[in-house]
Amino acid sequence: MLPNSRTLLGTTAALTLVLAGTAALAAMPEMQLNGDAEAGKEVAMDRSRGNCIACHLIPGGDSPGAIGPALVAIQTRYPSKEDLAKQIWDPTVKNPEAVMPPFGKYGILSDKEFVDVVEFIWAQ
Amino acid sequence: MNKTLTMLSALGVGCLLAAPLALASTPEEDQALWQTYFEKRFPQVPKQDFANGVYAIDPVGRENWEAIEEFPPYETAISNGEEMWNTPFANGKGYSDCFPDGPAIAGKYPYWDKDKGMVMTLPLAINECRTANGEKPLKYKKGPIADLLSYIAFESRGQVINVEIPKDDPRALEAYEKGKHFYFARRGQLNFSCASCHAGNSGTTLRTEILSPAFGHTTHFPVYRSKWGEMGTLHRRFSGCNEQVRAKAFEAQGEEYRDLEYFMTYMNNGLELNGPGARK
Repeated sequence: MLPNSRTLLGTTAALTLVLAGTAALAAMPEMQLNGDAEAGKEVAMDRSRGNCIACHLIPGGDSPGAIGPALVAIQTRYPSKEDLAKQIWDPTVKNPEAVMPPFGKYGILSDKEFVDVVEFIWAQ
Repeated sequence: MNKTLTMLSALGVGCLLAAPLALASTPEEDQALWQTYFEKRFPQVPKQDFANGVYAIDPVGRENWEAIEEFPPYETAISNGEEMWNTPFANGKGYSDCFPDGPAIAGKYPYWDKDKGMVMTLPLAINECRTANGEKPLKYKKGPIADLLSYIAFESRGQVINVEIPKDDPRALEAYEKGKHFYFARRGQLNFSCASCHAGNSGTTLRTEILSPAFGHTTHFPVYRSKWGEMGTLHRRFSGCNEQVRAKAFEAQGEEYRDLEYFMTYMNNGLELNGPGARK
């Protein structure tokens, strides 16, 4: 038992380091999450910017895609606005296989567009 | 530590669920897994029908497509290509001197060329023939080469894809593995792999567009694409996909796309060629 446990400990420690390293790289910078939901709606519906509607059903949006989950009851699904923001910043932190693009990390949205879209989605 | 372990397990399970196609095996195993995956994902689709791309799984799109096929938009390309095939080069020779078996040869490509140490494709062979006879090479994405390829594809209809990865040259397996890696590697600002859309999410919708299954993707090229309003080659389509995910496209007929074609076509072994095609 003991040798096994030690190996396990070692492996876990190593993996923790790797994970911590990855998290640091992908981390969302500190920002004020006080965007403009109306402006965020435009970003979410715009093909060349957020284009959330391409994959997610959003109430009030025409012809949504069905790749991601419906964006409804968001505040029951994320404990905080910051938690939602982190998911939009880089969904591969929680799930490396997530198909959704890392909208913040890869600079797909400007900081303004990002906080606006967070505000809009948080209100869904 | 318990927390870390739980987190790791969660990650592991997440990966398994999200990546039903974890390919790490021999080409034969990959191919069987690939084809079975799509046959199970779309049990209503007869195997050969995967060669019809999204129209195998989109009944409404299929109706429109069948109507388009009654007066195919690629017909002019076929007749232009036939004329090219039959028109001698300046030196009096022609394509049939390079390709003595005639124009029905699409099923022989791509193949591993041991002497050159690379994947050989039909467009490369065409330009090799031209330059050997003192003619200028054709551009690889559209135009005359798409015409000639349309004629060859039409004459080759019904040939069964049977790409081989020869075991006596490890470089062939390496090229296959590179193509496979390309297919599953995420790229571009949008961070998508080919598989992101055409494996695990095939059959779902991007807005109203149904994502086509990867199985069958190479069979119908060159293609008349309504979006282009003209014919284009397989590598032109590859470039378009890469640019769509905001990645820099690779060179048509460069090593990356040739290896990708090698992998994708090998995955389609057993399907009949049905080019040239028409797509949205």
